[in-house]
Amino acid sequence: MKIAVASSGKTLESPVDGRFGRASGFIVFDTESNTFTIADNRQNLNAAQGAGIQAAQNVAGTGAGVVIAPNFGPKAFQVLGAAGIKAFISSAATVQDAIDEYKSGKLSESNSANVQGHW
Amino acid sequence: MIIAVASGKGGTGKTTVAVALVLASSEPVAYADCDVEEPNGSIFLKPEVAEVERVLVEVPDIDEEKCTSCGKCARFCQFNALVSLGTPPLVFPELCHSCGGCEIVCPTGAISWRKVSVGEITLGRSDGGRISVVQGKLDVGSSLAPPVIRQVKTYIADDVLTVIDCPPGTSCPVIESLGDADYVLLVTEPTPFGLHDLKLAVETVRVLGIPFSVIINRFDEGDSGVEDYCIEESIDVIVRIPHRREMAEAYSTGGNLFDAIPEMRELFREIPRIIVRGVK
Repeated sequence: MKIAVASSGKTLESPVDGRFGRASGFIVFDTESNTFTIADNRQNLNAAQGAGIQAAQNVAGTGAGVVIAPNFGPKAFQVLGAAGIKAFISSAATVQDAIDEYKSGKLSESNSANVQGHW
Repeated sequence: MIIAVASGKGGTGKTTVAVALVLASSEPVAYADCDVEEPNGSIFLKPEVAEVERVLVEVPDIDEEKCTSCGKCARFCQFNALVSLGTPPLVFPELCHSCGGCEIVCPTGAISWRKVSVGEITLGRSDGGRISVVQGKLDVGSSLAPPVIRQVKTYIADDVLTVIDCPPGTSCPVIESLGDADYVLLVTEPTPFGLHDLKLAVETVRVLGIPFSVIINRFDEGDSGVEDYCIEESIDVIVRIPHRREMAEAYSTGGNLFDAIPEMRELFREIPRIIVRGVK
């Protein structure tokens, strides 16, 4: 299965990005092969509106079944739900930590947005 | 004639100036509040409200029977108002700009339109009927100011002096408000912030090709940056409003500029005439 993590850099040691919609990218980690790819999300950094929607479509395009970020807004959450992607909220420092937390079952699935739009 | 009062920076005194302009006149005039995110001219003009109407925009409605989930509409939409994930699209009406493109690209005719409210127009009269007051107010939760501003502007008549109270900034709502203006008064304050945003406003008005001049509010405070800039750029400063405690006191109770500084009334009465001479 693939796990997408909001990331401000391009390695597993990169800090988790604080925002979902305007994260600079997503590290998409494949738990079967233990490899990862990067989905760029910088095109959303300066979007006036709809960044969360675009980011959720971006994640859906990677084939990830799980996404981890510290915060999700309401529209992003709605699109992730429609795409059947499970959202997990984590305050882990690095992408690797977030993946480890998920693997060890420390994260529980979020069933609502935890921040308002334009957070 | 339409005079638009704009500023760049917020809080410089646009409404104070716009209200003063209509109050100083002795002829029939109109005041149009296009600062639809926070219209406040009515606090000072206290119009008797005659009519209230909704501002409606059209957003797409998907017929899921006809939709083949092809995703063309979502790929077309530049505002992310439609999202397709191999499913009939999700619709986010608050992001829709009502351009109609999704309906055109839909191969199966699955898109029709439904109306949603984005704002409210209030029509009234002030000063014994002499001042016609039109106010636009954006609904809470809506972010589409331009349709509300467009509807305010439909009430502008050609035969009377109309003063448009613009929103701050230089983005779409300001451009929409300035659209048909014959002249722009840019209100600023003598501070680095005031100067910075005045420059943006001047660039905007120059691109639009509308003649303009500057009003400096609280001119006796701050620094000389705005005056220096106006000299360098050959921009007329047509009014300087002093900084007075009485102005803040009047403002706090819904009073106007002339309640605080009565001697400015004559000058404001002259502004439309000065502008007409300048434009000709």
